[in-house]
Amino acid sequence: MSNIVRSASSGEAAAKMHKFRKKSQAKAVWMRFRKNRMSRLGLVLFLVMLVAVLGADLYLDKEMSIKQNIPERFQKPSPKHLLGTDEFGRDVFARVIYGGRISMFVGVATVCVSLTLGSIIGSVAAYYGGAVDNILMRTMDVFMAIPNTLMAISLVAAFGSSMPNLILAMGISQTPRMSRIVRSSVLSVTSQEYVEAARACGARDARIIFRHILPNAMGPILVQVTQTVARSVITISSLSFIGLGISEPTPEWGSMLSAAKTQLRYYPHLAIAPGVAIVLVVMSLTLVGDGLRDALDPRLKN
Amino acid sequence: MEEPLVRTQNLKKYFPTARGLLHAVDDINISIMRGETLGVVGESGCGKSTLGRLLLRLIEPTSGEVFFDGENILDYGKKSMTEMRKRMQIIFQDPYASLNPRMTVSEIIAEPIKVSGMLKNKDDIIERVFELMGVVGLAERFVNTYPHELDGGRRQRIGIARALALNPDFIVCDEPVSALDVSIQAQILNLMMDLQDERNLTYMFITHNLSVVKHISDNIAVMYLGKCVEYAPTEELFSNPCHPYTKALLEAIPIPNLKYRRQLKVIKGEVTSPVNPKPGCRFEPRCPHAKPACQSPDLAAVEVSPNHFVTCTLYSERGLERGGVAV
Amino acid sequence: METLLDIRNLHVMYKTDDHDIYALNGVNLTLEKGTTLGLVGETGAGKTTTALSIMRLLPDKVGFITSGEIYFEGKNILDLSEAQMREMRGSDISMIFQDPMTSLNPMHTVGTQIGEVIKLHNRDLSKSEIEARVDEMLEMVGIPAERKIEYPHQFSGGMKQRVVIAIALACNPKLLLADEPTTALDVTIQAQVLTMMNELKDNLNTSMILITHDLGVVAQICDSVAIMYAGEIVEKGTVQDIFEGEVHHPYTIGLFGSVPDLTKKTDRLNPIDGLMPDPTELPPGCRFAERCPYRKDICTQTSPALVELGTHQIKCHFPQNAKGDR
Repeated sequence: MSNIVRSASSGEAAAKMHKFRKKSQAKAVWMRFRKNRMSRLGLVLFLVMLVAVLGADLYLDKEMSIKQNIPERFQKPSPKHLLGTDEFGRDVFARVIYGGRISMFVGVATVCVSLTLGSIIGSVAAYYGGAVDNILMRTMDVFMAIPNTLMAISLVAAFGSSMPNLILAMGISQTPRMSRIVRSSVLSVTSQEYVEAARACGARDARIIFRHILPNAMGPILVQVTQTVARSVITISSLSFIGLGISEPTPEWGSMLSAAKTQLRYYPHLAIAPGVAIVLVVMSLTLVGDGLRDALDPRLKN
Repeated sequence: MEEPLVRTQNLKKYFPTARGLLHAVDDINISIMRGETLGVVGESGCGKSTLGRLLLRLIEPTSGEVFFDGENILDYGKKSMTEMRKRMQIIFQDPYASLNPRMTVSEIIAEPIKVSGMLKNKDDIIERVFELMGVVGLAERFVNTYPHELDGGRRQRIGIARALALNPDFIVCDEPVSALDVSIQAQILNLMMDLQDERNLTYMFITHNLSVVKHISDNIAVMYLGKCVEYAPTEELFSNPCHPYTKALLEAIPIPNLKYRRQLKVIKGEVTSPVNPKPGCRFEPRCPHAKPACQSPDLAAVEVSPNHFVTCTLYSERGLERGGVAV
Repeated sequence: METLLDIRNLHVMYKTDDHDIYALNGVNLTLEKGTTLGLVGETGAGKTTTALSIMRLLPDKVGFITSGEIYFEGKNILDLSEAQMREMRGSDISMIFQDPMTSLNPMHTVGTQIGEVIKLHNRDLSKSEIEARVDEMLEMVGIPAERKIEYPHQFSGGMKQRVVIAIALACNPKLLLADEPTTALDVTIQAQVLTMMNELKDNLNTSMILITHDLGVVAQICDSVAIMYAGEIVEKGTVQDIFEGEVHHPYTIGLFGSVPDLTKKTDRLNPIDGLMPDPTELPPGCRFAERCPYRKDICTQTSPALVELGTHQIKCHFPQNAKGDR
């Protein structure tokens, strides 16, 4: 049995292998995701907004969002200005769209920062356990005790409110949460018997981590990623609202809200537009996250 | 005399817990001859699974020795241990938890082959996978399915194929049939016994099910709270159980035969926790024959008949004591 | 003897997004007062579904009783309103689940949990009467009454299952449905619980349906046995019929052949080949035909009728003589 005699049958085996081709995992995930009506809605909503924001240059003139045009200030929505104009005569629709660019970019960049830091901290803590785990996670607990926005505010206040600083500040403030999720999902997978089985056949650490632990720990982390993007969109808006984030004239939802608050009585649409935009982005991401959580578990039946 | 394939000497594993040291495996001496099956029986928490993992060095013992084919594997470095792992494998209880849900059947079975570098050529590996699937009776059409698409019996066959992939000498079987339905359980038991005959495999069969262990084992070790209380050849253990715990276990099994209706004998109490245990016999609080001598710390195993060892004051008093030879 | 429960031609179906699962396909079952029926079968045979149907606790919007009747003391409980049914659960019929760890609420003491059931079905009892009844129930299952102020986590697995049994028996139910009550327990603890259940049976005269896959447990406490396969009862009779009768359904023979016998030496087990048929696409004819070593052409075509031998019924075209005694 132990000696494999190479023969014509090896070609046969490969042919059989081909005959019983495996189903793609991504396809299975997609099939399960599609089942959930609400997350499908969320995904469509998010994609529409993403396309609208990324392709803005194709149908909008960026100037409209920045350049002041006092004669046309405070206009009601019209075919020319879909959502009217603000106190400087800038097109609100264009500002919402271009503001979305910033929010989404900041959201994604923040996730990159917090995911990188969080993965390293979380997996190191889960892997080495003991004192290392204790020191890292207790430090994270201390950071957790400071509210996200407050921490971002103090970091921005300390280092100045440039775009990279903003992203770094928000990324760092999201890191404790991310590292906790990474740690707990890595921990729960590490104790699974299939990891032990891999160890029993002599697999090296790297193989165990990349082949067995990470793919199975991905689910909760991905869900957290979508939620972190949503949270960052809110945080950047809050920062801008109080004047610490993106400053005028660059359009940003938070600063638009801030500017609109004085006009709320007479021109409520100025506040409603960015407000609805924030709600839509956050809601769609949350819905997608929910669907992902279910879809990523291969044990759930199709 | 022939050298046993697997042997332990004063093997101990204590886990630190918040309440003190948990004596999971406490001073175990066992030996398994090549081609034989040692059944390890005990109730939950008696340390039988820990013992299995210690033999494979999946966890490091607190003290003691594990000899495999005459060599102390605890002295091995990382590299020689990896080499040694090819010869020893494990089959798990839960065919749901022991297979990576994101790998296909072929990827799971091929993993040890790839990891060990036994075969390098892709076609050879595929061919070997098909061969192993044939050996354990898995239809070829399942080669690229995922474990969750299969039933428990088939999943356990995948686990067995994975364990056989490197042609090991020794397999620790940790409750391999406990999660399966009786008819499937019998199929898997038959398969394991056939494989043992064909390949001269050595098994350590861990279970709580005495009928199963009787069926498959040559020798049986009965464990209670980390200690081996009795060790004997299967026939001997069932015809002449000596330790009060072994007797209690045997009398507690409901036998599917009306002749034995309503004859269960019941012992009082429940398994206590093996955290900071008192010296002496750990079964003493539940034992119908308990007496002060049972709390003496130097209880030794007694050979009541050839190769039948009991650790109990009932027997040491009768002058049968020959020192702690093998248990 | 008086009939307590009479299930007639019960069909149950689970409807999921993609499949219709035929869980029960014409189950007929009767239970006499004061007796214990063992419902034996493997995973997916429909044992638990039968019990849940009697409780009318099939999962909402998924499980449906498509036809059949369940008469409890002569009333068809499928005609009862949900409110009437709720009144019945816990007082007339109660159920014990497999896992004692999850069927107790960790937030309440065991005394409170037993008391709650009693209060729910006996509104007119005073506080002290309820307390007295709680004490009585605990003592009955072998737990000192002073432990009623403890929480579930302070009890071991076997003790928890005793508490669960105490809760189930608190209102003197006429029928107790026990779903694998000892499967999660260690053998020595199982023996304690089985012995206790036998004593309770003798003292309280409660009727019971015991769901299990363990023929040994059946031999210990059941008076009659029904063997289920793929949503049907393939064989039923008294324990003597099933354990000592001469002819059997081939599945029953296979089931007995799969269990290693402690009392004698066997070299090889005689399992049943293959697997239970997919409950979404049941074969025509006898459901067991595909795995049956005695299969003939007719088996795959027509569903067999019941062969009746006194109290012993076998749903098979060719009931087989069991080899040797068991």
